Amino acid sequence: MELNNLDDLYRDAILDHRRSPRNHEVLDNPDASAKAVNPFCGDEVAVQIAFSEGLISQVGVQAVGCSINQSSASMLSEALIGKTADEIGQLGEIFRNMMTGADPSPDDAAGMVDLQNLSGVRQYPVRIKCAMLSWSALEDALSEYRSVATG
Amino acid sequence: MTLSTPQSGTSLDIQRLRGDFPILSRTVNGKPLVYLDNAATTQKPRSVIQSLVNYYENHNANVHRGVHTLSMEATDMTEEARKKVADFINAEEPETIIWTRNATEGMNLVAHSWGGANIRPGDEIVTTEMEHHSNLVPWQEIAAQQGATVRFLPIADDGTLDLTDVNTIINERTKLLAITHASNSLGTINPVKELAAKAHAVGAVVLVDGAQSVPHMPVDVQDIGADFLAFSGHKMMGPTGIGALYGRRELLEEMDPFLTGGEMVLQVTYEKASWAGLPWKFEAGTPNIADSIGLGAAVDYLNSVGMKNVREHEKQITTYALKRFEEIEEVDVFGPRDPELRGGIVSFYSPDVHPHDLGTFLDQQGIAVRTGHHCTMPLMGRLGVPATARASFYVYNTEAEVDALVDAVKGALRYFAYGAK
Repeated sequence: MELNNLDDLYRDAILDHRRSPRNHEVLDNPDASAKAVNPFCGDEVAVQIAFSEGLISQVGVQAVGCSINQSSASMLSEALIGKTADEIGQLGEIFRNMMTGADPSPDDAAGMVDLQNLSGVRQYPVRIKCAMLSWSALEDALSEYRSVATG
Repeated sequence: MTLSTPQSGTSLDIQRLRGDFPILSRTVNGKPLVYLDNAATTQKPRSVIQSLVNYYENHNANVHRGVHTLSMEATDMTEEARKKVADFINAEEPETIIWTRNATEGMNLVAHSWGGANIRPGDEIVTTEMEHHSNLVPWQEIAAQQGATVRFLPIADDGTLDLTDVNTIINERTKLLAITHASNSLGTINPVKELAAKAHAVGAVVLVDGAQSVPHMPVDVQDIGADFLAFSGHKMMGPTGIGALYGRRELLEEMDPFLTGGEMVLQVTYEKASWAGLPWKFEAGTPNIADSIGLGAAVDYLNSVGMKNVREHEKQITTYALKRFEEIEEVDVFGPRDPELRGGIVSFYSPDVHPHDLGTFLDQQGIAVRTGHHCTMPLMGRLGVPATARASFYVYNTEAEVDALVDAVKGALRYFAYGAK
């Protein structure tokens, strides 16, 4: 079987995050939390974030669904730690660009940790939404955080 | 892969029949297309495609309006197609066939035009736990609007209806039984004739969702006792955008139109309008002329194959698929095991590979299946799975294609278990 294309989608890092999701525990006292659901496939992601002195100190993320969704959520959770809300906004921009075809610059790539492994998803347009679901949950959580912070 | 497995039991020459479907000879991702998503939509034989070309090249005109030659030809062609569809389901007369876009529109037409006038506060609408959203959401809406209740015939663990409490669920408050003839998720064929008799005995009206039965087996509306039967053309080799709703004449005559405007009126003044007769009362605006003619061509094609043969062939393929899936212990297959009780639909799930990952994997092998909730979200909850993968067969599928599917599912289980190596 020729599975080279598939190997570019399902890289080892993706299958690893799917098997051992990072930051999987639900945070007890988050500063913000949100859920996102994809009604077309039933996939779900819940995100909780906690800040300390303006930087994300703890993340909880629980993804139910396909391996792209699960690994994207897990990889995202690792990339968030230690970043400000604004930096996460920029990271989201970089990730979105990567999904539509623009590879990140070497500087940008450094902040992505494992997320770069998802670049193969863009060859499968119907699966891009799987990779983006955790971002929509995160963006809702960040707006909640900002509205509370600016009160 | 060879597709020359002999097919026993029917006189069909499947290889020859496959030659009638241009798309079946294409490749996907470098592999021969194995099209197993027929419950979503079916492929079209050349004769259907040609009927559309012929209409647009030689007869295109608006219908029921002009006195010119083209208009009369187009009118005759769409009305001839209506007659073919009526005969196909043994409707009493062509006027009881209303052109719709699809089964969903047919069900909505009944919900609004019949339900709005006949469902009253305290009434009950009975449906089942295995309905497609199209035969559930319209009833939830009309029940909420009219102060009625929707009740459900439950499903048993084997995917058939659990009829233990049927005589209390269908009772004197029941106004409508809305039931699928064959489940799009489980493949289960429901005993609609028996249930229709129970519903009629308490004075209820019976709507049958025929989207997954009319394309796959002989269906006789009079025999099963359906007061309404809705189905889609594109699931029976016809074009997209055309479907049909059968309704019993007395019911249709009492009903107000669903949509209003041109073509459906008898007389219009600036103050009011009166309605045209059947079926035009329900066909406001220029109808989908070309695709109705295409659906007529699809009916001709199915008749030439023979609906009993279609059903027999799909039963064989399904029996074979169920047997092959038994080889994979990581995979659960839903629905009844008895092929007499199911159509050509095999839904399956493995906790080791999410259906969407499986769908992408199979697509790399040229195999098209549907993955997801199949527009039956409550049923997925009932089965305790987030989604399933679904292979659905038609008369052109072969046992070799089932082999390709089962081997690829095995490959996917290995791939996702051990990683990309």
